[in-house]
Amino acid sequence: MPIITFIRPDRRAERIEAEPGESAMQAATRHGVDEIVAECGGNAMCATCHVYVDDQWIGRLAAVGDEEDALLDGTASARQPGSRLSCQIKITPELDGLVLRLPERQI
Amino acid sequence: MGLSDFAKETPWRPQSIILEADPPAHTRTRAVLNKVLSPAVMKQLRDGFAAAAEAKVDELLARGSFDAVADLAEGYPMSVFPDAMGLKQEGREHLLPYAGLVFNAFGPPNELRQSAIERSAPHQAYVAEQCQRENLKPGGFGACIHDRADAGDITAAEAPLLVRSLLSAGIDTTVNGIGAAVYCLARFPEEFARLRRDLSLARNAFEEAVRFESPVQTFFRTTTKEVEIGGCRIGEGEKVLMFLGAANRDPRRWSDPDRYDITRKTSGHVGFGGGVHMCVGQLVARLEGEVMLAALARKVGAIEISGPVKRRYNNTLRGLESLPVTFTPA
Repeated sequence: MPIITFIRPDRRAERIEAEPGESAMQAATRHGVDEIVAECGGNAMCATCHVYVDDQWIGRLAAVGDEEDALLDGTASARQPGSRLSCQIKITPELDGLVLRLPERQI
Repeated sequence: MGLSDFAKETPWRPQSIILEADPPAHTRTRAVLNKVLSPAVMKQLRDGFAAAAEAKVDELLARGSFDAVADLAEGYPMSVFPDAMGLKQEGREHLLPYAGLVFNAFGPPNELRQSAIERSAPHQAYVAEQCQRENLKPGGFGACIHDRADAGDITAAEAPLLVRSLLSAGIDTTVNGIGAAVYCLARFPEEFARLRRDLSLARNAFEEAVRFESPVQTFFRTTTKEVEIGGCRIGEGEKVLMFLGAANRDPRRWSDPDRYDITRKTSGHVGFGGGVHMCVGQLVARLEGEVMLAALARKVGAIEISGPVKRRYNNTLRGLESLPVTFTPA
């Protein structure tokens, strides 16, 4: 199982086991990572599952789609170069070790 | 949309170019509404919507006893949404009857649908007129849709039809969502007390009301090819009716599904639908719901149901005709 590490704004880290094929958002909500709100349930329509992808990983993810790009412009915490919506990050075995930082706010 | 198949029957109004369309045509029109109703736009609206919610609650507290459907659930969205659309003052009384018509018209072809359509002419005429550019104030959702036609994202002929979509689905939905939330908080005072102790729960308290009551109970889809769903084979061009309210109370998905719990993790409920047609106005609905519940929690100490609760019947929507309440100040 790929391991993903979520790092909270206060730097506390949580390592969780993700299933290949699910999204990083689904893995987070399944494991009770409350900072991922995911109001729209993974339909890329709300921008409340925002994460900052660690520099070393950002280039290894599929590119940001148009819808996601527009939503990222409205995130509650400021958009940064590593900003992604975790519902759009599909977990694959190659993403074992992925590090995602959580923003201060989702709403 | 609805029980009738527009591939085989004439629709009661010109077909929607977003709800009654599939990708790739849908992708283009949907992108326009996504942009007009984006999280970035909601940030700009937030303060104004919150101030209007506070003002509405102050007004209702001064009255003490009132009908929470007409005066709050309808009164609050009517005080913010038409302005956000950029509508003129005159004629706004057509908005709620038009929305009731749209949701009754989904069918089945019963008395509710028949009488709504028979009485629809003035409401349809009003809506058609307000969708035109010259009737929409610059900066509102409606004018922003027309601006997308200038940018070449849609044609000038498509813009009024997208404005119509917001006038169809932007008001009765939030009316019944806010009505559901107030009805929940009135029936479950311990949950209202939790909300009063922690105002940050306002947004989730609204979301949970949408799950619990599912103001939009059902939605039709049409199969575009033969499919198998849950072991059942369905042919091409068949109507499938989704029971959103049932999914939102499914014990296989939700623990203690019949309990209204404002701290429940609500992500994954289907009260706003799902997939590419998921409610495009969900961010507006959440904004209205959140700021209204936060205002109630801040200013109201107790909500008491003070008269007979009457249900309103609609082919698609679940909500109330009347909810007499008395507010006690905090």
